[in-house]
Amino acid sequence: MATSRWALCLVGVAVVISAWQRLGLEGDLTVATVRSFVQLIAVGYVLAFIFRGHGRLTVLALAVMVGSASITTRNRAKRVPRSGMIAVAAIATATAAALGLLVALRIVPTSARALIPLGSMIISGAMNTASLVMTRLHDDLASNRREVEARLSLGKTAHDAALPWLRSAIRGGMLPSVDSTKVVGLVALPGAMTGLILAGVSPQSAVRVQLVVMYMLLGGAAFAALVAAQLTQRRLFTKSHQLIRSLRRVP
Amino acid sequence: MEPAEHHPTDHRTDHDQGHDPHGRVPGESPTRFEYRGVRIDGDHGPIVENLSAVVPKRGLTVIVGPSGAGKTTLLRLLNRLDDPDEGTVLFEGRDVRDYDVLELRRRVQSVGQVPVTFPGTVAHNVGEGAVALLARVGLDPKLADREADRLSVGEAQRMALARSLALSPDVLALDEPTSALDTENKAGIERLVRELADSGLTVVMVSHDPHHADLADHVIKVHPLKKEEQ
Repeated sequence: MATSRWALCLVGVAVVISAWQRLGLEGDLTVATVRSFVQLIAVGYVLAFIFRGHGRLTVLALAVMVGSASITTRNRAKRVPRSGMIAVAAIATATAAALGLLVALRIVPTSARALIPLGSMIISGAMNTASLVMTRLHDDLASNRREVEARLSLGKTAHDAALPWLRSAIRGGMLPSVDSTKVVGLVALPGAMTGLILAGVSPQSAVRVQLVVMYMLLGGAAFAALVAAQLTQRRLFTKSHQLIRSLRRVP
Repeated sequence: MEPAEHHPTDHRTDHDQGHDPHGRVPGESPTRFEYRGVRIDGDHGPIVENLSAVVPKRGLTVIVGPSGAGKTTLLRLLNRLDDPDEGTVLFEGRDVRDYDVLELRRRVQSVGQVPVTFPGTVAHNVGEGAVALLARVGLDPKLADREADRLSVGEAQRMALARSLALSPDVLALDEPTSALDTENKAGIERLVRELADSGLTVVMVSHDPHHADLADHVIKVHPLKKEEQ
C-alpha cells in the first residue's frame, strides 16, 4: 500500500502539468484516479475471495466481465441494430474458444487463478476487436451503398454482396492484435511479462507465459472478428437481401 | 383540371399506352408490372401516395417527373431493392414479394445513375460472352482486356448494361442512365436504350428530362406531393 501511496505523486505531477498548461484535465485525472483505486481494490477483494476456495464463481466472474465489455462495444457500435447481442456473442465466443483451447491442450490449469486473469485479457482484446469490426462494416456498407446494391442487383446474396467489406472489416479488426504481436518486446514489454518480472519470476519463465498470452489474444481476436462480422452483416441486411432502411436511404 | 380531381393526394399518373410497336402474342398478358396503391415514405412523410400504374411488357416505359417525386424508389420497387410502405407491386400478375428475390433480380436487371465497375478487367466484369455483349452495347470488343476502372463514364455505363444483359433478363430498369454523360454519349445511350426496347426487352427508364418522354412507348408521370395546396 505504501508503494501505491508514493505512486500517487505521479498523478500529482500530471495534475500540476494539466493546471500549468491549462489543459483542463484536472477533474478527469482526479475522477480516473479515484475510480481506478476503488475499482481495483474491490476487484482485489473479489479475486481473493474466489481464489480462497470459491473457484466455482470463476464462470460468473468471467460472465460479468463479458457483460461489461459488451455494454462498451454496444455503445461504440450503436448504429448497428442489436449491437449488444452481437457484442455478447462475439466476446463470449472468443473467450470460450480461446480459453477452452488453452485448457483442452493443458497449456493452463483450470484454476480460477489462471482462468480469470487470462480470460480478462481475452475479453478486453475481443471487446476492442468487435467494436472495430462492427463500426467499420456499418460505415463501409453505408459509404459503398451503390457498389453493394449493384452486386445485389446482379442477383448476389447479401453475404456475397457484402463480402469485400466483410473481409476488410475482419482484417481491420485483427490488425491491432497482429501488429502488437509483431513488435512485442521491441516497443514495450507486455503487461503480463512485466508483472511476472516485477514479482521476481525469471525473464525466461515470464517470456514463456507472455508467448501464451500473445497467441491466445491473437486467437481470441480472430474468433471475435469473425463472429462480429458475420452477425453484423446479417443485421445490416433484411431477409430479402436488401440493405436495411437506414443504409438504403443514405443520400 | 384540378389535381385533386385526379387524386385526393395530388399524385397524378398519366399513361399513354396508345401504341404497341411490336404487337402482342395472343393469350400473353400485355402487362409486365403493375403498381397498385403504392405509398412510399420519405424521412418527412409520404413522397408517393396511392400510386397505381402499369408497365407494359413491350417497349420502353419512361417514368418522368422532377427530383424528389420518388421516381428512383419506384424503380427500386421493381427488383425489391426497396419495398413499398403500403400497396403492392405485381410482376407478371404476382406480388414481387412472392418471387425468390435473387431470381427476381436476375430477371429484372437494374442499372444505376452512376455506373459501378468492379475490380478487374471489363471481361471479368461482364462475364461469359463478354465480346459479343460489348459489341451489342456499342463498345469496342478490344476493351475486354482493359481494367474496368479505366473506362470513361460513358463506356462504363455501356459496360454496366452489357453486364446486366449477360444474365438474359426480361426487364432492364434504368435509373437516369444519361444524367452523368456529355451530350454525345447521352445521345448514344438513348439510341442504345431504344434499340434494346425494340429488341423485345421490357425497358423501364427513370428520367427527370421531359424529352425522354418522346423516346417512350409508354409514360408514367409522377409529381411531388404538394401538401400546401390542400
